[in-house]
Amino acid sequence: MASDTERRNLPPLELHVPEPKFRPGDDADFSDIAIPTVGETRRPDIADDHRDMPDLSYGLVRVLDDDGKAAGPWDPKLDPETLRKMLRAMALTRAYDGRMFRAQRQGKTSFYMKCTGEEAVAVAATFALDRDDMTFPSYRQQGILIARDWSLVDMMNQVYSNKKDRLMGRQLPIMYSTKQGGFFSISGNLATQFPQAVGWAMASAAKGDTRIAATWTGEGSSAEGDFHSACIFASVYRAPVIMNVVNNQWAISSFSGFAGGDETTFAARAVGYGLAGLRVDGNDALAVYAATQWAAERARTNNGPTLIEHFTYRAEGHSTSDDPEQYRSANEAADWPLGDPIARLKKHLISIGEWDEERHAAMDEEVATQVKTAQKQAEKNGILGHGLHQPLETMFEQVFEEMPWHLKEQMQDMLDENDAANGVCKTR
Amino acid sequence: MAIELKMPALSPTMEEGTLAKWLVKEGDEISAGDIMAEIETDKATMEFEAVDEGVLARIVVPEGTDEVAVGAVIAILAEEGEDADSVEAAPASEPAPQPASAETAEPEADDPPLTKPETVARAADPDIPEGTAMVTLTLREALRDAMAEEMRADERVFVMGEEVAQYQGAYKVTQGLLDEFGDKRVIDTPITEYGFAGIGTGAAMGGLRPIVEFMTFNFAMQAIDHIINSAGKTNYMSGGQMRCPIVFRGPNGAASRVGAQHSQNYGPWYAAVPGLIVIAPYSAADAKGLLKSAIRTTDPVVFLENELLYGQSFEVPDLDDYALPIGKARTVRSGNDVSIVSYSIGVGIALEAAQKLAEEGIEADIVDLRTLRPLDKAAVLESLSRTNRMVVVEEGWPACSIASEIAAICMEEGFDDLDAPVMRVTNEDVPMPYAANLETLALVDADKVVAAAKAVSYR
Repeated sequence: MASDTERRNLPPLELHVPEPKFRPGDDADFSDIAIPTVGETRRPDIADDHRDMPDLSYGLVRVLDDDGKAAGPWDPKLDPETLRKMLRAMALTRAYDGRMFRAQRQGKTSFYMKCTGEEAVAVAATFALDRDDMTFPSYRQQGILIARDWSLVDMMNQVYSNKKDRLMGRQLPIMYSTKQGGFFSISGNLATQFPQAVGWAMASAAKGDTRIAATWTGEGSSAEGDFHSACIFASVYRAPVIMNVVNNQWAISSFSGFAGGDETTFAARAVGYGLAGLRVDGNDALAVYAATQWAAERARTNNGPTLIEHFTYRAEGHSTSDDPEQYRSANEAADWPLGDPIARLKKHLISIGEWDEERHAAMDEEVATQVKTAQKQAEKNGILGHGLHQPLETMFEQVFEEMPWHLKEQMQDMLDENDAANGVCKTR
Repeated sequence: MAIELKMPALSPTMEEGTLAKWLVKEGDEISAGDIMAEIETDKATMEFEAVDEGVLARIVVPEGTDEVAVGAVIAILAEEGEDADSVEAAPASEPAPQPASAETAEPEADDPPLTKPETVARAADPDIPEGTAMVTLTLREALRDAMAEEMRADERVFVMGEEVAQYQGAYKVTQGLLDEFGDKRVIDTPITEYGFAGIGTGAAMGGLRPIVEFMTFNFAMQAIDHIINSAGKTNYMSGGQMRCPIVFRGPNGAASRVGAQHSQNYGPWYAAVPGLIVIAPYSAADAKGLLKSAIRTTDPVVFLENELLYGQSFEVPDLDDYALPIGKARTVRSGNDVSIVSYSIGVGIALEAAQKLAEEGIEADIVDLRTLRPLDKAAVLESLSRTNRMVVVEEGWPACSIASEIAAICMEEGFDDLDAPVMRVTNEDVPMPYAANLETLALVDADKVVAAAKAVSYR
C-alpha cells in the first residue's frame, strides 16, 4: 500500500493477526499447553479478599489426575452416589445430544447444537448450585436442565416446535426457557445474559432474597460489551453472581486467539475488574463442582461475585450448520490433553471401587432408552414441518400483557381470512 | 406407524444429492446409529445414519439415483411389532387442519361486505371530579412526583441511572428522591447505558420494577439491543412464562445548541417495535398520569421526555392518584377546519400555529397522540372525518416517521374523508447543525405548520 505521507526513516509497523496453531491436515500437538499438577493451584478461604488471589486466574483448578485419582485442596469429597448421579446426567446429556442431532439430520427440526466434551461445565456446576438459583445460560448448557431432572420430552417439544412447545413456536430450537426450571432463555445475540444475570442477582440482593444467579458465555462472546458492563456492575455492587466463561477454544471457526486468548487467560479479566477469578479444568467434573461450590458460597455469604474460566474443548461442530473439518485439525478433540469429562469421572468411580465397565454399559443403554422413549413421546406432539402446531391466535398473544386494540383487529382480520379460505362465513 | 426416511441435508446449503449406495437392504433390522447409506454431494461423500429402530420395509429411491431433493422420502422403516410388508408410503404431507365448523357451514354466494370489524373499545381518561383543585407544576416536577408516588406505593420500584442520586438527575428530574428513598432505591450507575439497560432488564426479570433514566435518549443508542431484544421480547419469547416490567425514560429530541449527536428524536425508532409501549407526552398532567401508568404496567415502556419542556409550567389536577390510560390520544384544541396531529414538543408548536390560524379564520383541531405505541388510530380518523384535512407536526426527521405512519393510516382508512393530501411538517432531513441560525432553520416551527395548514385548506 502506498502511503500519502512522507516516509520517515523508521521500520514499517506490522499488523498482527492471530492464527491457530493447527489447520486441517495438521497433526495437533498440545504439549505446549501448561497444565499444573493436581494440588498445585491453592484453594483460598471463601471470605478471602479478591486482591489476594490473582494467581488463581492463571492457575488451573484440578481435582482428578490422569489416573482418575481425586486429590488436592479442591477435592469436594462427594459421596459415590452423588458422583454416579453426576456421571449419569452427563451421559444422558450426551445421549440426548446424539439423538437430537440425528433428528435434525432427518429433517425433524431445523437446527441443533451439541455440547459434546463440555458436559461437565453445565452438569457439575448445576450440582453445586441450589435448585432454585437462577441460571442465565448460553448455547451449550442443556446439561443444566438435565441435571435438574427437567423433562426431556418438554425439551424435545421445544426443539421440534410442536403443539406442546411451551414457547409456542416462537424460539429457535435449543433456546429453551423455563421459569420453573430456573432457566432463562438463551440469547442468540450472545452474552446479553451476562448483564441480565448481574441485574437479577442485584435484584435478589436488593429484595433480601437468598438466591444467587449464575451465567455462562463462550470465550468468543466475552469480547462483547455485555461482558464488560456485567463485570463492572458485578464488581461495583458486589452482586451475588457467578459468571462463567466457557473457553472451548472455538467460536464457530474463530479460535480463542481472536477473543484475546493468545495474550492472557480469560479468568485474568477478573483481576482488572476487581473480581475473584478462577481458571478451572472444565473437563474435570469434580473441579467444576468445587469451583462453582466455592463461588456459590462466596456469593451467598455476601463475599462477592466470581468469574470462572472453564478450560475445555468443543469436541464437535458449532451446530448442525457447521463442518469443523474445514477449519481445524481433525485430531484436536481426541488429542485434547484434558481428556473427556465422562471418561474421566467414570475412571475415577472405577478407581475407588464404586463403578465398573458392566454398570457403565448398562447405564449407557438405560440413558439411550430413556432418550428414545422421550423422543417417541415428543414426536406424538408433532415435529417441525408437520402442519400447523400453534393456533393462529398465539401469534398475537403475549406481545403485550393485554392485547392492544390494533393487535385485536389484526388477529380478527387473520382469523376471518382463514375462515374464508376454509369456506366458513360468519356474515350470513 | 411407519417412519419415512428422508433425504437429509448434510450441509445448510445442500438442496439435492446423489444416493450413491445403500448399505442395508429391505427386510434388514436397523438400530439407531447404523450407517444406512452413502450420500454424495458435489463437495463430499457422507454417511447417512439411522435415528430410529425398526425393519427397513421399502427402499423408495434406489442407489445410484442423482439429483435426489433434500426432504424426499428415500425409504420406509417399519417400527417394532409392525408388519413390514403392509407398510405403505404415507401421503407426502398431512392435510392442513380444518376448523370443525368447515364441514357444516354453507359457503356464502356473495362476497362478504367490505367492512372493517368494529373498532375495539379503548379506555378513556378518568373523570376529574368537579371542584378538583389545579396546581401549577413544571414538567420535571410532575415527573418527579409520579416516580415518588409510585415508589411510595410499591417498594419494588427503584430508579437507576447516571447522576440520578447525589446530583439529583442531570436535568434534576429525580430531585429529592435520594433523600426520601435512600441509595438502594435511587442508584447512581457507572457510565454505560448499555450496561445499566441490561442490568435493569435483569432486575425486572428478577421481580423488581426498575425505572432506568437515560441522561438523554441520544446516549441510549448503545442500549437499544437490551431495550428491543431483551425487554421488548421477554414475554413473547418465553411463551408468557417471564416478564420484564421496566420503564426506560429520559429526554428525547432536540434541545438547544447541542449539535448533531444530541438532537435526535427516537420516537419513530422505538414505536416500530412490537412488545414495547412508547409514550411521549406534552403536558405536565399527561406526563404525570402516563408515567404512573408506565411504572405500573407489566410491559416494558420507553418514556420519551423533552428537555425544552422540563421547565415549562402546566396545570395538573391535584388528585391523590392521577393515572392515565396508555394508548389514548387527547384532543387539546377543538376545531372543524383542519386537523393537526402531533406529540411531545410538537403539540406546543401546533398550539402556537392554531392561534395564528384562528386569526385568519381557520379553526384547527389538535390531537396530541401522547402514546406512540399502541397508536390511537381512531382518534386520528375521527378528527379527520370532521375536518377532511390533515397536517402532522413532528420534531424529528421526515422519513419513516410517526408523521409518515399517520399519513399511511389516513390513506388506508380515511381516504374518503380526505379533501387534500396529508402534509408532514417535520425537521429538515439533515443532522442537526450547531450554528444557532442553522439550527433554527432545521427545526419545525409554527410558521411552517401555518403554511401547511393553509395549503391543505387551499388558502
